[in-house]
Amino acid sequence: MSVIKTENLCYTYSENTPFEKGAIKDINIEIQQGDFIGIIGHTGSGKSTLVQHFNGLLKPTAGKIYVDGEDVWEKPKEIMKLRFKVGLVFQYPEYQLFDETVESDIAFGPKNMGLPEDEIQQRVIDAAKIVGLPEKLLKKSPFDLSGGEKRRAALAGILAMRPEVLVLDEPTAGLDPIGRDTILDRISEYRAQSGTTVLLVSHSMEDVAKVTEKVLVMNNSRVAMYDTVENVYSRAEELAKIGLNVPHVTRIFMALKQKGFPVNDKVFTVDQAAQQLLPLLKKEGK
Amino acid sequence: MLNNITFGQYFPADSFVHKMDARFKLLMTFALIVFAFVAFNFASLGLVAVFTVFVLLLTKIPLKMYFRTLKTIFIFILISAVLNIFYVTDGTLLFSYGIIRIYTGGILRAVFVAVRIVLLILISAVLTYTTTPTSLTDAIESLLKPLSKIGIDTHTFAMMMTIALRFIPTLIEETDKIMSAQKARGADMENGGLIKKIKSVIPILIPLLVSSIRRAKELADAMECRCYHGGKGRTRLKVLKAGRRDVVATISVCVLLTGIILLNIFI
Repeated sequence: MSVIKTENLCYTYSENTPFEKGAIKDINIEIQQGDFIGIIGHTGSGKSTLVQHFNGLLKPTAGKIYVDGEDVWEKPKEIMKLRFKVGLVFQYPEYQLFDETVESDIAFGPKNMGLPEDEIQQRVIDAAKIVGLPEKLLKKSPFDLSGGEKRRAALAGILAMRPEVLVLDEPTAGLDPIGRDTILDRISEYRAQSGTTVLLVSHSMEDVAKVTEKVLVMNNSRVAMYDTVENVYSRAEELAKIGLNVPHVTRIFMALKQKGFPVNDKVFTVDQAAQQLLPLLKKEGK
Repeated sequence: MLNNITFGQYFPADSFVHKMDARFKLLMTFALIVFAFVAFNFASLGLVAVFTVFVLLLTKIPLKMYFRTLKTIFIFILISAVLNIFYVTDGTLLFSYGIIRIYTGGILRAVFVAVRIVLLILISAVLTYTTTPTSLTDAIESLLKPLSKIGIDTHTFAMMMTIALRFIPTLIEETDKIMSAQKARGADMENGGLIKKIKSVIPILIPLLVSSIRRAKELADAMECRCYHGGKGRTRLKVLKAGRRDVVATISVCVLLTGIILLNIFI
């Protein structure tokens, strides 16, 4: 069953002024329960605008959006329930931290849900564990944490709401390679354990290839491609035209294949590359 | 910043008024506002109104935009007009009920006051719609320059204003983002009593404050890195220059003033 479905979804910023700008146009997509989708595209291609429709932060200027089969804007009063169902982690979420301790900050979402105190406690501890925040940090002020820790604390704030669908807008932006890998690993691990539907907005083809199963490519406010990672990444030339480059390893393998090496060019991560190369090198060595 | 669009108010267009020297525009806006108050009777106020409408048309900005400005303070105009109805006891009695008495003079007065307020708003809207905030602060700095003779640091004052104006849209954007982020965590800002509402502001205010301080630090560093050291010996990229346009505008405003005085005296 599809969790999220859109019908001709459009959104225009500053309608009826000279600054009018269409952010997304005619989006028709379906997202299935348990999907792990990467949403990729250039700055300004409409990725962030699109995902803000999924939890009802933006109201479409035209078209419809269904979550769990229900028209989101049919009952605007129940939009709050949707916010808990679809958890959205914003870009640079560390700037939303505000409370005295990390613990109470993570508890902000569950508290708004009206959960009992002990349930909140449990969720905070669980969420902190998922993102790998040591328990001793929970009593600290969020402003005393390091950049990567802040990011993980903010992520925990959304996870503690236990949303059915987790949407992450550029969760790795501005982090160093270790911080980036930690966040991505934690997200994949969480997804594997909980079976949550996860949408990962990113402009890094490498990140998306590493963790997701499907890719939604946005270009000029529209959906350019929506398919499995393998199918999308094999259209390297089309991707290049919209300014997206397949990962370096993929390009190397495509070149190798062209030169006549017996390799598969559907290689998107370094691990996959190693698996392909090792037997080849062993053979050559003999 | 792209096209100098730093304030939601500025409305780009290619017109006589847009191209005027900001200093003249500023002075003339003040003059017109004073005129609207100096006009005693309908004839002279009408003259100011005709002139204002002429200026509005000159700006090439859709009149819809001006209506929108008026709409936001419509209630204020209405209240001031209605209050005047009851305070004037000139003319013939039109209506009386208990202590409420309405005279023709009251109605006329109400209309007069409403027109005056509408004119004031339209005149100031012309200034903000046709002038970028940066040229406006440049104009203010230039006009305040005589004050630097008595030891007031006009450059710093103008720079502070420019920075404040420059960061209004940034802050609005930031507030929007933080609000969305907290809403995504289920923050409810619309419902609940007063105390709940005040409490709901905290998750927005604190991150906003923190990021403003961070931004201020960054900006100070960036300015120092580019050797900013105040106004001494500083030249401008865009020098304000008065042209023929400004002379024409000044003359027409002077003519308008003469007209108002004559109408005030003779009618």
